[in-house]
Amino acid sequence: MLARFARTALLAAALAAGAPLHAEPESRPWPDILARAKGQTVYWNAWGGDERTNAFIAWAGDEVKRRYGITIQQVKLKDTAEAVTRVVAEKSAGRNANGSVDLIWINGPNFLAMKSQGLLYGPITQSLSNYRYVDTEHKRSNLIDFTVPIDGMAVPWRLAQFVYIYDSARHKLAEMPTSAPALLAFARQHPGRVTHPTVRNFLGATFLKQALYDLLPDPSVLQQPATDANFGPVTAPLWAWYDQLRPTLWRAGREFPETGPAERQLMNDGAIDIHMAFDPAEAAVSIANQLLPPGARTFVMAKGTIGNTSFVAIPYNAAHKEAALVVADFLLEPATQARAQDPAWGGNLTVLDLAKVPAGQRTLFAPKAGLPGLPTNEELGAPLLEPHPSWMTRITAEWEKRYSR
Amino acid sequence: MTTGTAQTLSLRDVRIALPDRELIRQLSIEVAPGQVVTVMGASGSGKSSLLAWIGGFLQAPFVVTGEVSIGARRLNDEPPHARRAGILFQDDLLFPHLSVAGNLLFGVPASVRTRASRRHAVDEALSEAGLAGYGERDPATLSGGQRARVALLRTLLSEPQLLLLDEPFGKLDAALRADFRRFVFEHARGLGLPTLMVTHDAVDAEAAGGPVVVLG
Amino acid sequence: MNTRSPSFTKIGGLWACAPWITIAVFLLPVAAGLVGTVLPAFGYLPAIGGEHLSIEPWRALMDQPGVASSVRLSVQTGLLATAFSLALAAAFCELLQDHASYRRLSAMVSPLLATPHVALAIGLAFIIAPSGWLVRLASPALTGWDRPPAGLVTVRDPEGLAMVLGLVLKEVPYLILMTTAALSQVPHAALRRVGATLGYRPATTWFKLVFPQVYAQLRLPVYAVLAFSMSTVEVGLILGPGNPPPLALLASRWFADYDLQRYFPAAAAATLQGLLVLAALLAWRAGEVCVGSVGRAWCERGVRAGAIEPAARTAAGLAALALMLGLIALVGMAFWSFAQSWRFPAVLPGQWTLQTWALQLPRMTGTVMTTVGLALASALAAVLLTIACLEAETRRGHAPTHRVLWLVYMPLLVPQIAFLYGFQVVLVKLGLDGSSLAVAWAHLVFVLPYAFLSLADPWRALDPRYARTAAALGETPWRVLWRVRMPMLLKPVLLAFAIGCAVSVGQYLPTLFAGAGRVATLTTEAVTLSSGADPRIMGVYSFLQAGIPLLVYGAALALPALLYRRRRGMA
Repeated sequence: MLARFARTALLAAALAAGAPLHAEPESRPWPDILARAKGQTVYWNAWGGDERTNAFIAWAGDEVKRRYGITIQQVKLKDTAEAVTRVVAEKSAGRNANGSVDLIWINGPNFLAMKSQGLLYGPITQSLSNYRYVDTEHKRSNLIDFTVPIDGMAVPWRLAQFVYIYDSARHKLAEMPTSAPALLAFARQHPGRVTHPTVRNFLGATFLKQALYDLLPDPSVLQQPATDANFGPVTAPLWAWYDQLRPTLWRAGREFPETGPAERQLMNDGAIDIHMAFDPAEAAVSIANQLLPPGARTFVMAKGTIGNTSFVAIPYNAAHKEAALVVADFLLEPATQARAQDPAWGGNLTVLDLAKVPAGQRTLFAPKAGLPGLPTNEELGAPLLEPHPSWMTRITAEWEKRYSR
Repeated sequence: MTTGTAQTLSLRDVRIALPDRELIRQLSIEVAPGQVVTVMGASGSGKSSLLAWIGGFLQAPFVVTGEVSIGARRLNDEPPHARRAGILFQDDLLFPHLSVAGNLLFGVPASVRTRASRRHAVDEALSEAGLAGYGERDPATLSGGQRARVALLRTLLSEPQLLLLDEPFGKLDAALRADFRRFVFEHARGLGLPTLMVTHDAVDAEAAGGPVVVLG
Repeated sequence: MNTRSPSFTKIGGLWACAPWITIAVFLLPVAAGLVGTVLPAFGYLPAIGGEHLSIEPWRALMDQPGVASSVRLSVQTGLLATAFSLALAAAFCELLQDHASYRRLSAMVSPLLATPHVALAIGLAFIIAPSGWLVRLASPALTGWDRPPAGLVTVRDPEGLAMVLGLVLKEVPYLILMTTAALSQVPHAALRRVGATLGYRPATTWFKLVFPQVYAQLRLPVYAVLAFSMSTVEVGLILGPGNPPPLALLASRWFADYDLQRYFPAAAAATLQGLLVLAALLAWRAGEVCVGSVGRAWCERGVRAGAIEPAARTAAGLAALALMLGLIALVGMAFWSFAQSWRFPAVLPGQWTLQTWALQLPRMTGTVMTTVGLALASALAAVLLTIACLEAETRRGHAPTHRVLWLVYMPLLVPQIAFLYGFQVVLVKLGLDGSSLAVAWAHLVFVLPYAFLSLADPWRALDPRYARTAAALGETPWRVLWRVRMPMLLKPVLLAFAIGCAVSVGQYLPTLFAGAGRVATLTTEAVTLSSGADPRIMGVYSFLQAGIPLLVYGAALALPALLYRRRRGMA
């Protein structure tokens, strides 16, 4: 047993030395890739907690099967980190080909971890024909993920923006807080009726980042990496605010819903007054599925809310790289993006620049009218950029340190 | 029911012991064909162990020396299922998951091949027991005396070369007892089977009419 | 003159191998897994840079805020759940002897035994939540609440009591079953008669005379319950506090962390969990000795009746309540699966629909097939191995020692989190991880002990003279097994199979680790969904999770009854 560990150690040492081994760009002609992809099965590791996304992925599977003979098998994750762990385990066992993960829905610290550890295959965006439609000027988050340059190692898939939801049957829009101090006042007025997902969850961490944006006089410091020197002073107002907020939270701030959908269920039962989500269409779609009361409506902070891009990436040892590339390209197709933007299929904002899309297909993106709870673009305002990932990791760690008993 | 050639059962210098004491010392018996030898003794004197040993079922911690043979065939080395030693216990031990005919068919040797001849043998045995037509019955629906008879016939159908009786009449009431005893001895004598019977009822020994060995 | 060993003890090569093969199948993963988890706990995992042994992981573990609370929670929930379940089960069995109403209740035990922990936990969460069934029954009529009360803390309470309750709901039926089985080995009827003639009241007789003898056989099941209660991840995820969580949850969280350096403290936490269970088992053993001497003094005092009487009645009542609560939990989830909309404070769904089923079932076929396939495969393998071992034992002619029982229980006494990561590394090296074979093997490790325990006693209790009679009739040992022993043991064999299926359906961590997350079963999906997804979908999953083992159970009971309907002796 130890001899095996030793052998793996040598291999790992060789791999760890120097730059990632697999940084050669994908250069095969597209017809070759299509031909090889036919008949392959793509194991797409994606967070499985959202039914609409699962349904969308199932639909995508039907489409690529019909068109290209590719099967998509969604591996439902509780947390994207599970897939990262798996690739690491495979690397540690020396499995550099025929990996079990073909495609990962990824961004943020997970992406940073995989990119810096040389766990990704690519660059790949230059080989995808639909990549030309992607908006790389106005939606900067398509190129820079949490201040980390993508460098073509991942393909943008959908845009998200952090929004808040309230029940108009219980409150009026004017009562809802649009800044962090106002949120504190609201929570004091309605003790036990405000909460956020646990900060270990992406959504919960973003809640804190959002509050930090709101509390900082100059948020540009967040675009730089956090350092030991500046972390304390910069986040001091956040913790001061949170210390006052915590006793007024649901369960006195001792327990938090594990995920966004868990928090949504609390709102559905009327236990809390404010829900948050990364999806502007969350209220509309949830009402349609009876997962939120019919009076649910969306609002954002006065200074704007954080938006980011979700990507798909291919691990360096994926068994079915060609099929994964075809699927990534399919996701960028205007028709696919328009469908994803349809609230019935998730209501996710597109990553494409409508100006680059052929005129005939632009009409696909016209907003559907008549859905209660769907905010307009004006209501959403301009999205704020995500801070550097180091802020999120440090904030999460600090929160755990301060508030776990 | 056919029988093999009648042969003598011999036990020579049999010694059965447990680690801490001796049960049977230097026992030698010859059982002639058709003869019923009775073995008697107090509880724990080794009577049942003797039968178990002859049948091939005796296990550690018992230590046994001695020889047992039927005619010229030495049984010591044979596995239990090859010894052709028919055994009857106090309980009828009819297999509850088979019908009466099923139990009897179980005993018919595989050398009887065709279905017709096997069924014929079973039917003959049933009428022999006075149970004609009882073939498809559930054994649990028969009376104690009927089950005992089926058990004996099952054993006899398997064409044994010797018969071992381990207190077979113990569970029957007095009237049935005499009947069944006669039934067993008649068949054993009729087929020329050397029979070794273990009992602690003197009346059984008397009815057997053969030599009596007392252990312990 | 010659001495020969009795012929029965010579057994063929294959039968002689059976016990060794069985031991290899389920103990090797445990042993290899432990090594594979303990080494990273001391810093040795070359693949991510751990080249030297160090205690750095332990320092990182201790630095984690709230780790002391996590440890305390694990120990607390484990001991409470076990002690409570044992007391309730013992009292229930006492009243079972005398009261017909309790006998009727005991029919509920089987369905609850077949239900996985996860399904019960999810159902219980719905009943006791602030927005759950109990509160809805009282609102708004009695309480005046039109929203779930902000201050009420039930599910995920910081002391882990909801988790204890969830564990109790499953452990009480299990211990009732074990106690009933143990009772058959103790002359309890005679003991109760003696106690009565000496003037002792029934419950006093039970606890002074019968239970001490029964406990000797209950010891290992109780230890298994203690080990599981302390180290369960799935029940903790659904009912336990998250902040800080019990230790096993912390370990599994870290194993899934994207920060790879977290593996080391994760392995340390998993090892610590193993050590905690060991310490708890030793402490319980010491407790047994203490209770034993206190009990003996109590017996000698000659008190004929005392507080034990009402206490036993209360405890038995609580046990009955627990059984009913378990069934209600299942009913609640069934209701959710047919609900269209069921908002607080409605007691029953406002609208019913089949749409959830219609939408989910087609998408679930893969998962259901996987679950059923794994259950059948691991249960079948377990039963075959068990029969092989028992037959080898019968042919060799000696009864197994007590040590064998401990060996069989070993996978149940070692916390799953303490060895599953190491087992996953072994599987990756063998190239097996993520395959159904690996997951079936991982399930087999846990199914085998249960199958063995449920089949061993009926097997050994079968009158050996049937086999002797058959041999005397000329049947070879193989035919004796096939034509006499197996048909007569059909019902225990099928029940062992059903129990094996139930255990396999309920496995969570083994499926996750051995399957590398690629193998989805009803249980893994249910736990993922339990973090707040649509309760209607959770209802469908819980229903199927409970339904599949129940179906197998029903078949196991019905098939022998059907085959042997005309054989009274087989009833």
